[in-house]
Amino acid sequence: MSAAAPLGSALPAPARGARRPALRRFMRHRLAMFGLAAIVILVVACAIGPYLSPYGPLTIDLRHRFQPPFLGPHLLGTDQLGRDLLVRLLLAGRISLTVGFAAMGLSTVFGVIVGLAAGFYGGWAGTALMRFVDAVLCFPQIFLLLTLAALVSPGVLTITLIVALTSWMEVARVVEGQIRSLRERDFAVAAEAIGVSDTHLMLRELLPNVMAPIVVAATLTVARAILLESYASYLGYGIQPPTPSWGNMLNNAQEYLTSAPWLAIVPGIVITLAVTGFNFLGDGLRDALDPRLDIHR
Amino acid sequence: MSGTGAPLLEVTDLAKHYPITGGRTLRAVDGVSFTLGAGEVLGIVGESGSGKTTLGRTVLRLTAASAGTIRFRGEEITDYSRRRMRPVRRHMQLVFQDPYASLNPRMSVEQILAIPLQVHEPGLKRAERRDRIEAVLSTVGLFPEAASRYPHEFSGGQRQRVGIARALICNPALLVADEPVSALDVSVQAQVVNLLLDLRQRLGLAILFIAHDLAVVGLISDRVAVMYLGRIVEIAETTTLFARPRHPYTEALFSAVPDIGGRHDRILLQGDIPSPVSPPSGCPFRTRCPYAEAACAEALPPLVERAPGHFAACRRPELTLSSPLSPQPVSRFAADA
Amino acid sequence: MSDVLTVTDLAVRFTGEGGIVDAVEGVSFALKERETLAIVGESSSGKSVTALALMRLLGGPPNCVVRGQVTLRRQDGERLELLSLPEARMASIRGRDIGMIFQEPMTSLNPVQRVGAQIAEGLHAHERLSARAASDRAVSLLGHVGIPEPALRARAYPHQLSGGMRQRAMIAMALACRPRVLIADEPTTALDVTIQAQILELIRALQKETGMSVIFITHNLGVVAEVADRVLVMYAGQVVEDAPVATLLGRPLMPYSAGLIASVPRLDDVRRRGGRLAAIPGNVPDPRARPAGCTFHPRCAHARPDPCEAARPALEAAAPDHAVRCARWREIAA
Repeated sequence: MSAAAPLGSALPAPARGARRPALRRFMRHRLAMFGLAAIVILVVACAIGPYLSPYGPLTIDLRHRFQPPFLGPHLLGTDQLGRDLLVRLLLAGRISLTVGFAAMGLSTVFGVIVGLAAGFYGGWAGTALMRFVDAVLCFPQIFLLLTLAALVSPGVLTITLIVALTSWMEVARVVEGQIRSLRERDFAVAAEAIGVSDTHLMLRELLPNVMAPIVVAATLTVARAILLESYASYLGYGIQPPTPSWGNMLNNAQEYLTSAPWLAIVPGIVITLAVTGFNFLGDGLRDALDPRLDIHR
Repeated sequence: MSGTGAPLLEVTDLAKHYPITGGRTLRAVDGVSFTLGAGEVLGIVGESGSGKTTLGRTVLRLTAASAGTIRFRGEEITDYSRRRMRPVRRHMQLVFQDPYASLNPRMSVEQILAIPLQVHEPGLKRAERRDRIEAVLSTVGLFPEAASRYPHEFSGGQRQRVGIARALICNPALLVADEPVSALDVSVQAQVVNLLLDLRQRLGLAILFIAHDLAVVGLISDRVAVMYLGRIVEIAETTTLFARPRHPYTEALFSAVPDIGGRHDRILLQGDIPSPVSPPSGCPFRTRCPYAEAACAEALPPLVERAPGHFAACRRPELTLSSPLSPQPVSRFAADA
Repeated sequence: MSDVLTVTDLAVRFTGEGGIVDAVEGVSFALKERETLAIVGESSSGKSVTALALMRLLGGPPNCVVRGQVTLRRQDGERLELLSLPEARMASIRGRDIGMIFQEPMTSLNPVQRVGAQIAEGLHAHERLSARAASDRAVSLLGHVGIPEPALRARAYPHQLSGGMRQRAMIAMALACRPRVLIADEPTTALDVTIQAQILELIRALQKETGMSVIFITHNLGVVAEVADRVLVMYAGQVVEDAPVATLLGRPLMPYSAGLIASVPRLDDVRRRGGRLAAIPGNVPDPRARPAGCTFHPRCAHARPDPCEAARPALEAAAPDHAVRCARWREIAA
């Protein structure tokens, strides 16, 4: 072996951390950083805020009923029973965010499994699976949600399941398409030629390469789940009072829309903040993780 | 070389058809038969679209055959399920053209090389596995420290060595090498060709060497098969094929190779390789063949033994075709040497 | 014969996330009329960057700095310094005075525009032909580069043509305005040998007919032997040898050129089947960490600590038309 390439310390140092450019692109994405900040603040506030407040969520302060924001002892005002709006908002946020994240987790796992199976095995089973996904996608999501919600008794768990059941299809579609094309790539063929098990091929070789679109889709799913939960609760099919959620706070505010508009405006702003926050974050992640933007191999 | 008894690999009437839109079929490989003895190197040459890559993948059962049979080590594996193929895979391995795309960038070389061992020799202890990895790295001319590095830290030639190491670590009997040097720098190509020559000699590997570079194929192969539009049009011992090609396509292929010795008279083929979706009637090469006659359009010429071990699919055996070896090419630069 | 294009001390430096890369250092050459100059090298040798730099097709500062002089002598004798020309002026030079073809025509043809229209557009811009006359010329050009049924193919989109046909269409486009210089960057690398032979033949015939000069960039020494009059061998961003093709292939002086020539497999190697190729050990150096001294010394059988590792050798004239960058070429040749 006269031609053996000496490979000692003379190797060039790797000039790139594999994910660094993506991270830097993400940090430069203004809106995404705004979204991230909004989400972090909301999550932290909802988690610890209620403990710091002198008011309980059900404490009735009859002397300060319908107190407008910033004009009395209650920072964001009170409702018709004199309950502190800020505390209720933060507790409602716990519910709404939990529903959002949990629904995202469930729908992502389910979507990944369906997409992985359909993309990997293909054939008529894969086709049937994807046609089913298309069929589900054809129904307006809100219609599907309300139909399901009318059939089961509402609660945090059921609303999470329902939201998850109506939002896994995007992920499944993304994963299926990616897996189908990745399977043809050399590194996947190489693993197959070695004779690795299907599980190894799917989980260790293929799935890591689909993580980026999954993360993006998952982030956007949180936004949508929060919105869906709000719809459902607003229409009275979701989380039931006295458990507060952003949606049923809106529902509650309807009657007083003219006399106490802040009861609708404050939760409305928070919902908008959370949803746009997640959407911006998703957009930022998509731009940052897009390999086409990566000039390095 | 082509041992006694049953050959290592026996391919009979192999076909791979892909259905495409409009109800038509793309005949990527059609009616291909050959045998490969243990330790033998069979070169497969042809232009892009000739079906040589598909042939390699189909032989390895990475894609299902449409017709024909594949016998490997006496077993007919044509219809084996993915699960049944698994134990067979350790004996048949693949080396890719693109050393960038075929190694998972997220795994270190050690992890990459450990996978075949985990799959086929799960009983191996940690230390034994390390030893095997070190041994195979030295076989392909890499130092043991390479194990802890990641693919992107290597040059193309070194990556190709890693790819070869992965193929060799379970001591296969058959290696399908699909254009293993064509993506490499010229000065590195020669190193990898030498490595393959070395390995076949030391390990007694049978190699299906798929390439478009006739010179490399000539250097490494015992026999050469020439493919055109999914079919073998000529197959013979390497020296015989080079000394006396018996198919006009082989002659044209040789003639087109640019020679470092300088310009020479060449047979310029007209036009492109036809689409494998609608190949010409009769002889598939007739549309570009300088010797074609009207009769060539009538029927597909069968692969006929024109001399011992020398098969050609041409209905004009009387042709005397020129060889790249004789007469000795007169170099336009020889005088300076 | 007079020089059409003169390049003096061309240097290209890229500054990026990976650090500083001197892609091209001190490249000088003169391209004569009707001459074919081959620039040969491996990956990261700087051969393609040289071509892009003199076409001014690289990005600008701060990421990319191009220095040196590129002088084009036009048909009417006017001398143009290409590197200091305003961009608008340079755009009119590209395509009219210097044509360029690439390895993958698909990337330089517009995928959503018909082939004929793309050629006609260039004619329209540079030669002020009427739309009708330009499209007629486009069809006749396509026929001229050996495309059968040119009127039909002119209406095809690039993806509807085969690789060889696309390269022919590219050549037709590059030559539409009869440039004095054609830069061909690996034009046959992606093609099969039979198609490569056709394209080489075509370029040769067109050169004979139009009297243009050609800069032919390739890694394939067989192709060099077929087309070149003179050869520039590049390694790690520098010219390491410059000689007429017969001298270079027959009696190379730089050990890298010699090694490269020896490592090319040839058809008559079949006579010594199973024999080894004369490989150059090691790998092409990483452009961010090139060795000190002669960049080739770690791979060179003739290297000595002194002088090879001490200093970067200069390009020396070994004969009037033969330059070599090797500190020991006299001893090695002896």
